[in-house]
Amino acid sequence: MPAGEELARRLAAEVPDPELPFLTLGDLGILRRVEVNLEGAVRVVLTPTYSGCPAVHHMADEVRRTLMAAGFPAVQVDTELSPAWSTDRLGPHAREKLEAMGIAPPPPMGKAPVALTLKCPHCGSLRTGELSHFGATACKSLWRCQECGEPFEHFKALR
Amino acid sequence: MTAGVAGLSVVDLREVALGFGDDCLVLSHRLAEWTTHAPELEEEMALANLALDLLGQARSLLTLAGEADGRDEDQLAYWRDDRDFRNLLLVEQPNGDFAVTMTRQLLFSTFQELLYRWMVTGTEPRLAAIAAKGVMEARYHVEHARLWVQRLGGGTEESHRRMCRALDLLWPYTEELFEPTESWSRAADQGAVPPLSSIEEPWRHSIESLLVDSGLEIPGFPAWQSGGRLGRHSEHLGHLLAEMQHLHRSHPNASW
Ligand SMILES: [Zn+2]
Repeated sequence: MPAGEELARRLAAEVPDPELPFLTLGDLGILRRVEVNLEGAVRVVLTPTYSGCPAVHHMADEVRRTLMAAGFPAVQVDTELSPAWSTDRLGPHAREKLEAMGIAPPPPMGKAPVALTLKCPHCGSLRTGELSHFGATACKSLWRCQECGEPFEHFKALR
Repeated sequence: MTAGVAGLSVVDLREVALGFGDDCLVLSHRLAEWTTHAPELEEEMALANLALDLLGQARSLLTLAGEADGRDEDQLAYWRDDRDFRNLLLVEQPNGDFAVTMTRQLLFSTFQELLYRWMVTGTEPRLAAIAAKGVMEARYHVEHARLWVQRLGGGTEESHRRMCRALDLLWPYTEELFEPTESWSRAADQGAVPPLSSIEEPWRHSIESLLVDSGLEIPGFPAWQSGGRLGRHSEHLGHLLAEMQHLHRSHPNASW
């Protein structure tokens, strides 16, 4: 492995998501590959969460900026559709971080793709219902807790 | 003139990707017309999400279509006239009321989900990759449209009346969904896309069972409108394109 590949990978993985800034590209599982050639030029491959995710361009710019600032002479960011991203690619810390931010995480791998009920991230009640499958960003849906009355967001399952 | 993959010619791949990509682009634009006019805030976000998913799929498909003759997605979206568009007549039909919009969505998304589901294991790897992403999104579009059709069909007398009207209005355009172009038939022979006849039955079954559950029925008259895949469009597409293309054509290559 050429020198710097590990560093480039770590820096790219730490770039925050523009829509959910407490999650990194690494947490989201959308950083697919990082390669550094002998001249030190980096190629980063990202995969979009949704076909029309408007944040992908912003992420690519941010990755480029971060790696150039770290001294890499050239950075190319490509996107790749296959294999398709799904919420099963979320990293181990992503669920905890989402929960801590009041966003109900998607059900773990192997469970039903559409959650029948979710735990309210505010009070823990299971008496919750979906208000709308489509939330403020493509990856979230909107829920409401019948116990405490608070609305909350859900990082919905995609698989 | 054949591509390396699965014996599918470049021209046929281009035609198939163009037709399906134009469906996504045109319907995305129609849905975006609802912005700030939706019946409730949640629906406002839902329609925008649907439009965005379709726009993303359109970009991938048009990029693939343009590879054959060196045109990019923007050139294809903004610099073709209506006769060069290959979308289904169904998706260019005006939004009408909410019943029309949701009926159009149901008819198209059900068709699209079936196509994508098949194409995931098709022989053309780039189409398969787009399908694998798209099928996850289309599933939710279908679900959303089904909920609304059920709600409107079984709702008030007025909402029921409007659903019946929407079905009568759009049903004629469903014929074309299952009419393969020559390119499509050759692509199907190569295993890149399904024979359209093979998805007609599951499509019809899915629509019919929902309509029955919603107190509605498939119109008794046959569907007969077609020509979109060959570039023969209703006047509605011209108006849509005028709005969609105006800015880009006035300021070529502008960015912000
Ligand atoms: Zn609660």
